[in-house]
Amino acid sequence: MAIEIPLLILLVLTAAGAILVKDLIAAVLILGSYSFALALVWALVGAVDVAFVEAVVGAGLATVFFLLTLFRTNEKDRQIRRPPVPWTAIVGLPLLGLLLLFGAGDLPTFGDVNSPASTHISPVYLESSLEDTRTPNVVTAVLMDYRSFDTLVETIVIFTAGIACALLLRKGGS
Amino acid sequence: MIQPHDSAIVRTLGRIIIPVSQLFGIYVLMFGQYGPGGGFVGGVVFAASMIMAILIFGVDSTDSNLARKILHGDGVGLLIFAGVGGLCLIGGGQFLNYSYLQIPNLDEPSQHFVGILLTQIGVAVDVAVTGVSIAISLSFEEDVTRSEEASNG
Repeated sequence: MAIEIPLLILLVLTAAGAILVKDLIAAVLILGSYSFALALVWALVGAVDVAFVEAVVGAGLATVFFLLTLFRTNEKDRQIRRPPVPWTAIVGLPLLGLLLLFGAGDLPTFGDVNSPASTHISPVYLESSLEDTRTPNVVTAVLMDYRSFDTLVETIVIFTAGIACALLLRKGGS
Repeated sequence: MIQPHDSAIVRTLGRIIIPVSQLFGIYVLMFGQYGPGGGFVGGVVFAASMIMAILIFGVDSTDSNLARKILHGDGVGLLIFAGVGGLCLIGGGQFLNYSYLQIPNLDEPSQHFVGILLTQIGVAVDVAVTGVSIAISLSFEEDVTRSEEASNG
């Protein structure tokens, strides 16, 4: 419990910093540190696979891609000219936040055994995945066996992204 | 095009860190069924190591040979994944139902184990190739006009 409060403060600070800072390269680096703090939060609540992906993709690969993109731009494109915030946003967004907090009051508490998420199909996976697939990591068993169609389409999405980037950016390249 | 880095510290440390991170990527891929990780993360770690080789030694260097060669594997990962599904179809079952993988001397859970391992390798290859491909695409110069003249002339 002691480490959660500083982590959440760090998350809010890095998220606000990434939005407020003028220089885009600084914003990208702050966003990387935000992803790393978020990975620590995931690891703290026990979602180790999500934490791994967040640390590797969010803090590692996405930061490198953002930086490589920024190096292709001009100097003046890396500075943000931010228009003044309209008063509707100043009034409306806190109200929306209050509404979300009000809705979050009805959510089941973390680790609640009677919540719908942990009574419907999760017990089936947890109890039978080892006998079904000889795979001790339930997340891998769900991703690659029970829900392998989703993973296949996800792989197609990644493949399409690579093809699109090559078609758009490698003009005249070999 | 990305020029090689001229700092001796970066180049020397890169020579040590790149093989270690490649080994770590393969470890994460192969032990994804026992611990955290799996095909996606293993592929990303492997791609990150090769992007590091490109950033440190440049695209044209012999040290980033592997990164340039791996570009020829575009689509192979997807082919492995969908091919496992096709093998299940050939075996008489549904697409991606690993119980119908025709592997002799294996009971049904072990067939699922092999199916998960093969599809994970497919995802890892796909993600690694795509990561390196996007990095190389982004590192091309934006000098479009000159290259268009070159291609037209």
